[in-house]
Amino acid sequence: MDFLQPATWAEALEAKAAAREAVPIAGGTDVMVAVNFGRLRPTTLIDLTRVPELQEWGLDDGAVRLGAGVPYARVITELGGRLPGLAMAARTIGSPQIRNRGTVGGNLATASPAGDAHPALLAAGAEVEVASVRGTRRIPVSEFYRGVKRSALADDELIAAVRIRPPAGPQQYSKIGTRNAMVIAVAAFGLALHPDRRAVGTGIGSAAPTPRRAPEAEEFLAGELDGLWESRGELPAATAGRFGELVAAAAAPIDDVRGTAAYRVHALSVMARRTLTWAWADYRKGDPTCA
Amino acid sequence: MSTPTRAPSGAPAHLTGAGGGIGADAQRPDGVLKVRGEFAYGSDLWMDDMLWGVTLRSPHPYARIRSIDVGPALAVPGVHAVLTSDDVPGEKVYGLELADQPVLALDVVRYQGEPVALVAADHPDTARRAAARVVVDYEVWEPVTDARTALGHPTWNQVHETPAEVTELSRESAHLHPQGNLVRHLKIRRGDPEPTADVVVIGEYEVGMQDQAFLGPESGLAVPAEDGGVDLYVATQWLHVDQRQICAALGMPEDKVRLTLAGVGGAFGGREDLSMHVHACLLALHTGRPVKMSYNREESFFGHVHRHPATMRYEHGATRDGDLVYVRATIYLDGGAYASSTPAVVGNAGTMGLGPYVVPNVHVDCYGAYTNNPPCGAMRGFGSVQTAFAYESQMDALAAELGMDPVELRCRNAMEEGSVTPNGQVVDSAAPVVELLRRLEAMPMPPAPATGADVDLRDMPGGVSNTTHGEGVRRGVGYAVAYKNVAFSEGFDDHSTARVRLEVVGGEAVATVHTAAAEVGQGLVTVEQQIARTELGVERVVVAPKDTAVGSAGSTSASRQTYVTGGAVKAACEAVRERVLSRARDLVGRAVPDLRLDGGKVVSDGEGVALTLAEVLADDVVEETLEWRHRRTEPIDPETGQGFAHVQYAFSAHRAVVDVDTELGLVKVVEMACTQDVGKAINPQAVIGQIQGGTAQGLGLAVMEEILVRDGRVQNPSFTDYLIPTVLDMPPMRIEVLEYADPHAPYGLRGVGEAPNISSGPAVLAAIRQATGLPLTRVPVRPEHLTGT
Ligand SMILES: Cc1cc2nc3c(=O)[nH]c(=O)nc-3n(C[C@H](O)[C@H](O)[C@H](O)COP(=O)(O)OP(=O)(O)OC[C@H]3O[C@@H](n4cnc5c(N)ncnc54)[C@H](O)[C@@H]3O)c2cc1C
Repeated sequence: MDFLQPATWAEALEAKAAAREAVPIAGGTDVMVAVNFGRLRPTTLIDLTRVPELQEWGLDDGAVRLGAGVPYARVITELGGRLPGLAMAARTIGSPQIRNRGTVGGNLATASPAGDAHPALLAAGAEVEVASVRGTRRIPVSEFYRGVKRSALADDELIAAVRIRPPAGPQQYSKIGTRNAMVIAVAAFGLALHPDRRAVGTGIGSAAPTPRRAPEAEEFLAGELDGLWESRGELPAATAGRFGELVAAAAAPIDDVRGTAAYRVHALSVMARRTLTWAWADYRKGDPTCA
Repeated sequence: MSTPTRAPSGAPAHLTGAGGGIGADAQRPDGVLKVRGEFAYGSDLWMDDMLWGVTLRSPHPYARIRSIDVGPALAVPGVHAVLTSDDVPGEKVYGLELADQPVLALDVVRYQGEPVALVAADHPDTARRAAARVVVDYEVWEPVTDARTALGHPTWNQVHETPAEVTELSRESAHLHPQGNLVRHLKIRRGDPEPTADVVVIGEYEVGMQDQAFLGPESGLAVPAEDGGVDLYVATQWLHVDQRQICAALGMPEDKVRLTLAGVGGAFGGREDLSMHVHACLLALHTGRPVKMSYNREESFFGHVHRHPATMRYEHGATRDGDLVYVRATIYLDGGAYASSTPAVVGNAGTMGLGPYVVPNVHVDCYGAYTNNPPCGAMRGFGSVQTAFAYESQMDALAAELGMDPVELRCRNAMEEGSVTPNGQVVDSAAPVVELLRRLEAMPMPPAPATGADVDLRDMPGGVSNTTHGEGVRRGVGYAVAYKNVAFSEGFDDHSTARVRLEVVGGEAVATVHTAAAEVGQGLVTVEQQIARTELGVERVVVAPKDTAVGSAGSTSASRQTYVTGGAVKAACEAVRERVLSRARDLVGRAVPDLRLDGGKVVSDGEGVALTLAEVLADDVVEETLEWRHRRTEPIDPETGQGFAHVQYAFSAHRAVVDVDTELGLVKVVEMACTQDVGKAINPQAVIGQIQGGTAQGLGLAVMEEILVRDGRVQNPSFTDYLIPTVLDMPPMRIEVLEYADPHAPYGLRGVGEAPNISSGPAVLAAIRQATGLPLTRVPVRPEHLTGT
């Protein structure tokens, strides 16, 4: 096996173009599990941890540009205010050790329906910035997931960063697992209220072949909030309940060892209702981040 | 009644520092190494010229092997040997109690993961790739995956109408083994066969398949020896029973097969059966090279037995006042493909299946069955864990039916010293069931759940996953009690051997304790040191490597090693002491009545220091080897289940406080409180550790731990999906340790390790039941059960 350690982004892209079957490795928390279980026998590994750009985040054109290799621990400590939904999701991931190593770029490239970054990124309307020797493109995150563990990434491309606009309103993230920490999501839900755009963002995890939005629920809620945005009035309980139902209706879950389809649907309706209640309470208090 | 003494948790015994005799919090000799990651476990074994062995396993739960072609595997460069059952020179089947399990598959495979062939190669990956090239032609059969179906008991055995014997004769399902699918049927018949009662509650219960989930996988290193024999370094629980089975398979005498214990990373019963032992020896003898085998996590789930899943039907009858009149119980334990320790597990589940309560009229049928599910055998609690869920659920149901407080009902029917057990045995030492419960009741309750802005997510069901800020959360409290036999029962010749040596090295008295008792993490090595310090009055005690150069210590299981090997070490120390004192008397030249060993000297209260050990021993070594037995038990009557089956009972009780998000079905155990009588806490800190660990393992079974098996296939062989409690699942504990000496046991001690594993889960289940108002008849409880989805 070859082990490449490019020192620059250009070298990394060249290495990937030269060996398309090569497997990039960032935190290694997915790659090494696959290797240890004998499911992956890469001929070439490209270690991305030496590429400085990937380990940084910054503000670019009004958005946070989060380098693909920034670990969750830093998302939590450095970006809790700017990316509240993603930081809440990051807190639910694995253990301290996993959060020290695991990255959003790795979560995206694995594209597991259970990946915890996805619902938060979907709700926030993030873009994935990918690059190859051919150039750079931006993919709306809702178009990034193409099937179970399949993404829009071409075989010569690497993920450079995700771009997320700072929140104009409250965000929430909620995840079901059958133990109280270190657990893969049985179902997850991300919510972002966008008062600036009078819009609502949602993201569903672990309840369909890919992470996905709940567009009907978004539209319904945006309609119901028409007028309430300004008044910051109370949200009728029935609205939150209906929103929960519509989120649940957007899911297409299966029965598996982690849970039944029926439970996932039920849990999504509860999580959507509760997170909306919390987010709206925060909005009424005028707290834009509520993280 | 024996004299009560009480050692509150956290007794100020730390002053004794690293050393210390019995009753002190002596530090583990292996503790620092383990914390630093420097301790060598079985998987760390290494020799420069070693080969790696891997196992090819059956993908099918039930199939006939038409043919095996090892040619393609042998052709892989780097491969040194590929072996099948044809290469097993001795007995081709083995087993702990019944020899029914093939060393390597013969004509039929009976469970998914059954070993079929072995490969040794110079690299583990090479060996794995080669194993994948062995061509096995299987004729796949329909597996039998339900214990009652396997026994031909499609409906509950209604004892009145259809005697069990009749249904057994009518069994229709395929026989997995020539003798049929019944491994053991235990009957208890006591008192009135047709009792009636004012109040009757009937319940059916199910317990899923729990795994030991030890962190150190099965591993060992076999080294061929010049004398044609083999030396095996292996992480195991009972060196001598391994040795017996390995010798049979290899067709070798005992002096040619020598075992040394490698570092064991947890056991909990899962290392009582052989795993890679014979396989590594076969490969080493075949290749003439040392061979290491170490399972990965996934293989480990197929490499050891699990806890028997159980289905149980209980009927409790009581007077209006709440006195138990009778219990009828029918218990099915799914033993999987091979017997392992199923007969003994059936014995425990049956004889202790009604809990620590006095029941005048008893009718129990407990069955162990063969199926094509993964083999099940020993696991901490050994049959009592399953039945405790049933009998404690029944006690709560009965209390509800009577409108009585569940603790009152338990106290009213509790065993005490002098009570008679369902197997007709008089409890002849302390049985402080009432006190255990009353002490729990008297403990303060944890604060009420926080709400609104005060919420710390880590205290909520769901934790930082942020599923509730108090919505839907309801609190529940539950109690449960365990009683468990200590050591081996039913007439088994249960003994241990200890060799103790005393000498003076560099002017300092040094004792060496040599036993074959497996240290699996529980701290027996510390206990051995403490006993020698106390009995021989020396500070420095060396624990020799555990190996078969000394006689059997019996198994590290059944909460028995501190009792039995502790007893052997104590006896050997006493014999050494006697010789030393007698030499001292000779040297002094007259009778000093109160001579004893203390601080490396021979002292007398009357005369002070008489002699130093250097003066008594000079360059001599005093060594004694002793075999020690606890008092004999006897087999139970096959028709009535009566007999003095158990040498000692351990009692513990738990109170669980839980918060349940009733809408999402998520559980947060808020607090676990435990009271346990340990007779004498030889090492109080280790006792607390056992109680905490046992509690966590019981909690795990109540709310998350289950090997999911569908059509005989394991669905979750990984720690990704076989979940065990994390620090956010296991709450802080309140623990009170009682010390009522058992006059029959060394130092009055009682085995500690299993009881808390038994009472913990049922207490959690009872608490969830109280929080939700749901009947909950199956563990582990899943969110689906709590939400009806
Ligand atoms: C114990 C444990 C617990 C876990 N818990 C959770 C959890 O709670 N929630 C959750 O979502 N996940 C969890 N995971 C999975 C894992 O930690 C996450 O998916 C993590 O985000 C992966 O990031 P990484 O940097 O470690 O990825 P790696 O393992 O390094 O890579 C993952 C994939 O991404 C590719 N890749 C990495 N970087 C790039 C890049 N810049 N461009 C293109 N491809 C790239 C790799 O080739 C590989 O295919 C857990 C894993 C473990 C071992």
